[in-house]
Amino acid sequence: MKKIEAVIRHFMLEEVKDALTASGMQGMTVSEIRGFGRQKGHRDQYRGAEYTVDFIPKVKIEVVVTDDNYGAAIETILRSAQTGKIGDGKIFVTDLEAVYRIRTGESGADAL
Amino acid sequence: MPLFGSLLTACVLLGLTADSVFSQEAPASLGEVAPAVAAPVPLDKADIAWVLVSSALVLMMAAPGLAMFYGGLVRKKNILGIFMQCFTLMGIMSIVWAMWGYSLVFSGDVGGLGLIGDFGYVGLKGVLPYIDANNVQQIPQILTVPKSLHMVFQMMFFIITPGLICGAYAERMKFSSMVVFSILWGTLVYCPVAHWVWSDFGWCSEFNLSPTAKIKAIDFAGGTVVHITSGISALVCAIMIGKRLGFGQEPMPPHNLTYTTIGAALLWVGWFGFNGGSALAADARAVNAMVATHMAAAAGVIAWAGMEWLTRGKASILGACSGAVAGLVCITPACGSVTPISAIIFGLAGGVACFYACTKLKNHFRYDDTLDAFGVHGVGGILGAILTGVFATKAITGPNGLHGVIEGNMKQLGDQFIAIGASMLIAVVGTVLLLKLIDAIIGLRISQAGELQGLDVAEHGEEGYIFL
Repeated sequence: MKKIEAVIRHFMLEEVKDALTASGMQGMTVSEIRGFGRQKGHRDQYRGAEYTVDFIPKVKIEVVVTDDNYGAAIETILRSAQTGKIGDGKIFVTDLEAVYRIRTGESGADAL
Repeated sequence: MPLFGSLLTACVLLGLTADSVFSQEAPASLGEVAPAVAAPVPLDKADIAWVLVSSALVLMMAAPGLAMFYGGLVRKKNILGIFMQCFTLMGIMSIVWAMWGYSLVFSGDVGGLGLIGDFGYVGLKGVLPYIDANNVQQIPQILTVPKSLHMVFQMMFFIITPGLICGAYAERMKFSSMVVFSILWGTLVYCPVAHWVWSDFGWCSEFNLSPTAKIKAIDFAGGTVVHITSGISALVCAIMIGKRLGFGQEPMPPHNLTYTTIGAALLWVGWFGFNGGSALAADARAVNAMVATHMAAAAGVIAWAGMEWLTRGKASILGACSGAVAGLVCITPACGSVTPISAIIFGLAGGVACFYACTKLKNHFRYDDTLDAFGVHGVGGILGAILTGVFATKAITGPNGLHGVIEGNMKQLGDQFIAIGASMLIAVVGTVLLLKLIDAIIGLRISQAGELQGLDVAEHGEEGYIFL
């Protein structure tokens, strides 16, 4: 199993969520984060005090997939989260040791 | 500090020069009662109703008005620190005012010098209704309202003035020190100045009808009493208490400008009571005060937002809110004597001047007047008091009323400068002495660890926001 963490633009969340659920994803976790890559931040000014704000608000989606569904899931996210401009985000993939359903205690692919 | 010295000297010299060169003017005819026995004027229900409402409006300015305005500007770890300061002042200053504050301002006068009131009204004796020797209920009165109403209306001013100073030492002042400082400052700085300017015996009061009282400063609702004293004291506090940890290095943006906006709106509406209620009557003067107040606020918005647009290409909500407040501060001494059209000039001037004070001046001298208490109230108050001497007109004050430079009377401008200089002087001296005294006994600043943790947790054991 693999854990996919996708850092995407805020306003792409609905599209990515719809695309993933349409392709069969049963669940996901979403968090609001801040980050930056090559996309520059902006300058704030409050009564003459200027700040450069490096971190940009983003959204992180976490989904867990079996090795079979992995390719399709990446494909779906890349397609639905893209605008073509700097700041579209990144996808990080890690191997997942185990997963459990709390209600029943099932584990492995049954728990997804 | 040399800046202060020159400013003070300039004020006093200008004032004395203008006074000695130009002839005396007749005292203001406001229908004010002479210090002797009052003629029995009936209580007026409309006057009472309006001043009651105004008292409520001014209290609203302390909280939620000022509390939210300031609260949104600090970092989130200090939000309750601000709220607690404002709310506590509502508690403490009310008691102080009732017990001795009102007496020190509005009772008699010690030594006839017009410097401070006596203890005639301590504990509100002589202010509250009582049954006399003939079993008749007596209701002490001032003009057409019960004295109790005058007392409670003025109480709200006494509450909010030290609240303004909180803006200078936000995020680093020890709570206990703030409490002690506010009580002593209110007693030793606010009360004298209020006595000078508003008592029938004050040495520069326009209500002083004694033939030896030559100086008649116009301060309708507290330009000197509230804004100059608090603004100057704020600057002294900012310098003596020192900068916040990380000031100039770390970004410390406002954590919630939505609060600040709500606060500014509440201050604007509340100011109708602050200025309109100062007429102590529901009359044409009160109407003029309210209209002038509103026009100044409106012009202030345009001025500050406009300056931002010109200098950095974007007008901000913080700029618009600050501009409104600057305009409101500026018109405060003038609203009972200038036309609403002149008030537009007050708003524009206040907006521009305070814009520069909060940006250029502050960045040049690098003092940490955290929430711009000096930049807005000090600068705006001084400017407003000066402009009052220019734009005061008989059209508003009456045929025997005080009037300013636009009607050929330079002396009024001189009187304004004298009052400005005097209130600045007592604010500086009083604040320096009080801060030194309090620092020696209990200290002024919270610990470094406390400051990093935030006032909410360190001083009050609470968190403003608990998300998860």
